[in-house]
Amino acid sequence: MIERSAAALLDSLSRGEMSAEALTAAFLAAIRQREPKVRAFLHVDEAGALEQARAVDLRRQRGEPLGPLAGLPVAVKDLLCTRGQRTTCASKVLEDFVPPYDAHVVTRLKQAGAILIGKTNLDEFAMGSSTENSAYQVTRNPWDLERTPGGSSGGSAAAVAAGEAPLALGTDTGGSIRQPASLCGVVGLKPTYGRVSRLGLVAFASSLDQVGPFAHDVAGVARLLEVIAGHDPRDSTSVDRPVPPYSQSLERPVKPLAIGVPREHFGAGLDAAVEQAVRAALALYQRLGAEVKEVSLPNSPHAIAAYYLVATAEASSNLARYDGVHYGHRAAVYDDLIHMVERSRGEGFGAEVKRRIMLGTFVLSAGYKDAYYLKALKVRRLIRTDFDRAFQECEVIAGPTSPTPAFKIGERTDDPLTMYLSDVYTIGANLAGIAGISIPCGFTGTGLPIGLQLQAPPFEEEKLLRIARLYERETDWHTRRPKLV
Amino acid sequence: MSDLPYRIVIGLEVHVQLLTRTKLFCGCSTQFGLPPNSATCPVCTGLPGTLPVMNRRAFELALRAALALNCEIARFTKWDRKNYYYPDLPKNYQISQYDLPFSKDGWLEIDTLAGPKRVGIIRAHLEEDAGKMLHDEKGGGRDSLVDLNRTGTPLLEIVSYPEINSPDEAKAYLEEIRLLLREIGVSDCEMQEGSLRCDANINLHILNPSPPTPLPHGERGAFPPLPPSQVWGWPATPIVEVKNLNSIRAVGRAMEYEADRQYRKFQEDGRKLGEEPKETRGWDEARGVTLPQRRKEEAADYRYFPEPDLVPVVVDDAWLAQARAALGELPAQQRARLVQQYALSEYDAGVLTRQGRALVAYFEEVARLSGDSKAACNWVTNQVLATLNEQKIDIGSFPLSATRLTGLLVEVRNSGMPAQRSREVYARMIETGESAKEAMEALGIKVVGDADALREIVARAVAANPKAVADFKKGKTKAADAIKGAVMRETKGMARMELVQQLVLEALEKS
Ligand SMILES: [Zn+2]
Repeated sequence: MIERSAAALLDSLSRGEMSAEALTAAFLAAIRQREPKVRAFLHVDEAGALEQARAVDLRRQRGEPLGPLAGLPVAVKDLLCTRGQRTTCASKVLEDFVPPYDAHVVTRLKQAGAILIGKTNLDEFAMGSSTENSAYQVTRNPWDLERTPGGSSGGSAAAVAAGEAPLALGTDTGGSIRQPASLCGVVGLKPTYGRVSRLGLVAFASSLDQVGPFAHDVAGVARLLEVIAGHDPRDSTSVDRPVPPYSQSLERPVKPLAIGVPREHFGAGLDAAVEQAVRAALALYQRLGAEVKEVSLPNSPHAIAAYYLVATAEASSNLARYDGVHYGHRAAVYDDLIHMVERSRGEGFGAEVKRRIMLGTFVLSAGYKDAYYLKALKVRRLIRTDFDRAFQECEVIAGPTSPTPAFKIGERTDDPLTMYLSDVYTIGANLAGIAGISIPCGFTGTGLPIGLQLQAPPFEEEKLLRIARLYERETDWHTRRPKLV
Repeated sequence: MSDLPYRIVIGLEVHVQLLTRTKLFCGCSTQFGLPPNSATCPVCTGLPGTLPVMNRRAFELALRAALALNCEIARFTKWDRKNYYYPDLPKNYQISQYDLPFSKDGWLEIDTLAGPKRVGIIRAHLEEDAGKMLHDEKGGGRDSLVDLNRTGTPLLEIVSYPEINSPDEAKAYLEEIRLLLREIGVSDCEMQEGSLRCDANINLHILNPSPPTPLPHGERGAFPPLPPSQVWGWPATPIVEVKNLNSIRAVGRAMEYEADRQYRKFQEDGRKLGEEPKETRGWDEARGVTLPQRRKEEAADYRYFPEPDLVPVVVDDAWLAQARAALGELPAQQRARLVQQYALSEYDAGVLTRQGRALVAYFEEVARLSGDSKAACNWVTNQVLATLNEQKIDIGSFPLSATRLTGLLVEVRNSGMPAQRSREVYARMIETGESAKEAMEALGIKVVGDADALREIVARAVAANPKAVADFKKGKTKAADAIKGAVMRETKGMARMELVQQLVLEALEKS
């Protein structure tokens, strides 16, 4: 039962073929059984989940109105605030932090009747591409336990891939949804910047962060996006635009369909198996009637550099609040105020977070700001222009999500630059603020999943999902499950 | 103007708390004096995942203030983060405005001994306030406490050009800002409650025999301003920033002290602007001195960058027109109008305007009802103001309506009541709430209005004082005083002195 898609489970629930409690219990059983191997969750709320499920069952029995996700368990990245429940951001700094509020997306999940089953692991404050930077545990890729699930939303991606939750929420600042989706063989979508409220999303880089859904298939992602998208006046950057019923139009064809393939995404560093799978996917689109044409994103070689300047600059400021003064970790021993702040931060943050805070502080400093931060903003504008120009010729831009399949645990931890290159194809969408999705498009010879990335202009999620579904309908990659038992 | 061997150059940075009910980026109350940390929420305490949402009302008040300060309004303005660590700043950055403030290039006219003077304003921008720290100096900060009630309160920062040239001008500038912002309803400018705060940058241009070489007329340094030494060609002392100025009087005293201190220091060490770093000193009110301040943060690199959690603000024509319409009559305009419309002196117009719009409206009502603006002005600027000061109330709670006060004015005019008696009537009206007539009756004051009635009283007085009459006839003109005194006693002072004088003389001559 737990291997089925979110849409199928919702149908069964609404037809009364199973209770929310039974379904939740089944997922909790799967978690108990598989977590020792996968370690996707930081906290699992067994009692709370069952209680929520029973409440849904009761409402259904009484014929009361139910939300669109009523009775379906959803896992939530531990970067999203949950009222009364610890939200650690996988950091020692927030080890005991219990927010007095729900993130907007969590409120939406509750309103939709979803069962909040637990909080998933991540790279500390979402800084990383392998979930190895968690202060608490290393999450393993369900397809190969020696490998990482990607990151930073590796816990959410692994939870869905492992059948521990049918849906999950992640956040994507430079590829943190799409890259782990690709490495774990699930579907993950980063919405347009402003499509989903960031309220209660603990900020890494505010101008790049977005919340997005994970599922086994496009329909699941569409269902979850419908619930979380929409205007929130409490987030000034959230955009007031109607939310189309994404799950209703998935099967509608997109015609004519031109798919742009950026030549810059097929260069050095691209794994041969990944390239082969992606080219095969493009060929399938062609057979389905799409025009596949080469486009150019000439500034994309500068994207990584621009990204690590903008993101770290914002992070250095966003993370300044964790000083041990008002909440969070405070050093036990200190001489004076400055010493207290230094020690609290020194003890509380992990190495990668410190590296990024230092980089971000440097690039904003007097004498360096023009050469680094302000130049990065200019490159960011050029990258946006590249996408605008490319989208004049095509509906979506397609290519590999990640240059390689899942890499070994520990393989890149001593080499941050190689780690940063995991996001080389995904960060453009964050810098430009556009939408992107990763869908399964094959496996390597050793059975590791490969993802196809599709990117669409701002607020074109509906078309993006339809185009993704077009491919998915003709393939069965998304139906495969890792053998964990 | 002065014979000091130097010219004082002062630039003021004024922080004004805007009169909003709620904070700049959250819904917490801005009320003063609440229990510590009771007016706080996840946003203003900087909890993870929270986001600011701009208070439009605060922006509107700021717009109004900038218009009143004759500033140029930017149609596109954005927010920036000013990054520094301090425990009263829970996010460890302040949301402020850096390179695109919402307004710039204004001026404010102040009164000086040499006449009206325009002080240029570099910029006015909006920012959030920090909280308050209660320091524990002994414990090295271990037991310091933080109150975050004030955190996030909207502040308008108004930065003047260094065009203020005396302690008196500095005081006049602050008084004018306070009056202006109170009048347009932007701030209550209560320095005691911290809703008006001021930092001063001050240095001296030492006068020497060689003539100054000013820049061409009208040219002013761009932001930041040119070092004054380059502007004037005179040696200038290093600029000192003076903080902790908690009253307008303190600003005047501190500027006087600091000017003197800088001149003495210059005579001792001869050090000029640029030869030592800018110093920050704090004003010690009790000792009447400025003292060097420990620096809050050693290198002031605020690493400004655009606030990604807020969208830029676009000010369209409609919004600007709305702000302009909300301005009403500004003090300078009002002063000119009072002089012109009511033939008041500049001085009286200034006194009235300084009291605020409500009092001016009261004056205008009395002037209209009585048809005598001069008398209305005299009564309002003397008696009414004295009562307001004594009772520590404003005109809104003043017990006499404009109609009642006008009643008194009319009685005085008709009866020729002497000033002393009219003040007694006024005092009784205030005390009892009676009308002028009622108060006069209660005080036994009868109006002896017409000359015939008075003539009778005079005749009786003449008849009753034969000795005085005889003395008068002998040429002792002073003897008439006894008759006059008798008349005044008889009328309980309610007779016009000139008329009594005239009638007594008439009667004595006839007798
Ligand atoms: Zn608040």
